[in-house]
Amino acid sequence: MKDIYFQALAGGALLGIGAFLLLYLNGKIAGISGITYQAIASITSQNSWRWCFLIGLIGAPLIATRLGFSLPDQISAPIITLAIAGLLVGIGTRMGSGCTSGHGICGIGRLSKRSIVATLIFMSTAVVTVAISRQML
Amino acid sequence: MKNNITALFAGLLMGLGLTISTMVDPQRVLGFLDLLGQWDPTLIFVMGGGLAVYMPLYFLLIHNKNTTAFGTPCDLPSSKQIDKPLVVGAILFGVGWGLSGICPGPALVNISGGATEILIFVVTMLIGMIVGARIKMT
Repeated sequence: MKDIYFQALAGGALLGIGAFLLLYLNGKIAGISGITYQAIASITSQNSWRWCFLIGLIGAPLIATRLGFSLPDQISAPIITLAIAGLLVGIGTRMGSGCTSGHGICGIGRLSKRSIVATLIFMSTAVVTVAISRQML
Repeated sequence: MKNNITALFAGLLMGLGLTISTMVDPQRVLGFLDLLGQWDPTLIFVMGGGLAVYMPLYFLLIHNKNTTAFGTPCDLPSSKQIDKPLVVGAILFGVGWGLSGICPGPALVNISGGATEILIFVVTMLIGMIVGARIKMT
């Protein structure tokens, strides 16, 4: 098995531990899109844990880079594509109540029917989108 | 205070997980989604690793009582229905994810890299979230 797969498993396990701890210690689902939206939607003291979660998430590369891991050097996509994609990801994750973390790990991990359906839909839609966009290039 | 520290720690672990697993690299994610091209299965290992840890711990320690380690109730979604917003939302998210290879977690983790491209994605994503929440409420 390639080294990258072990790295992926280890990183995945960290995602799982983080998500579990948030539920076991705070009683909250680690849905990154939901936490982000709630954090910006109302800035109250009840929301402080969300901001703390986001600080940890955004600050993580400061530690990861010291351990020899890195962020991608560049995001190579046209600005207009990124703007449209960002808008769709934002609208879609709020309408659909979750993203890859909330549905893909936390929801499937609880065997939630809604999350299993949502994950199957967004994955297959993304596969079709990539197939179409790569055919057109 | 306690909740803030545990949330910071959970966020840190998840950010490290996304970075170490290389899911912060859109090209890696697009490689997984490109079934017709040079398919890159890495994302499967990330989800597998996450579920292999999360699922047993959840069913062992949380599922029966639905409470935290401190005995307070867990805040879990009550909706069980596969409704239209769920389906439409998942489709829109899938299109955006397929166009960019970026979902919310990796978008936020990439902020510290400081690239203009990621900042544009994050800003439009936040606008989208506000719009999406409005649409869902109507």
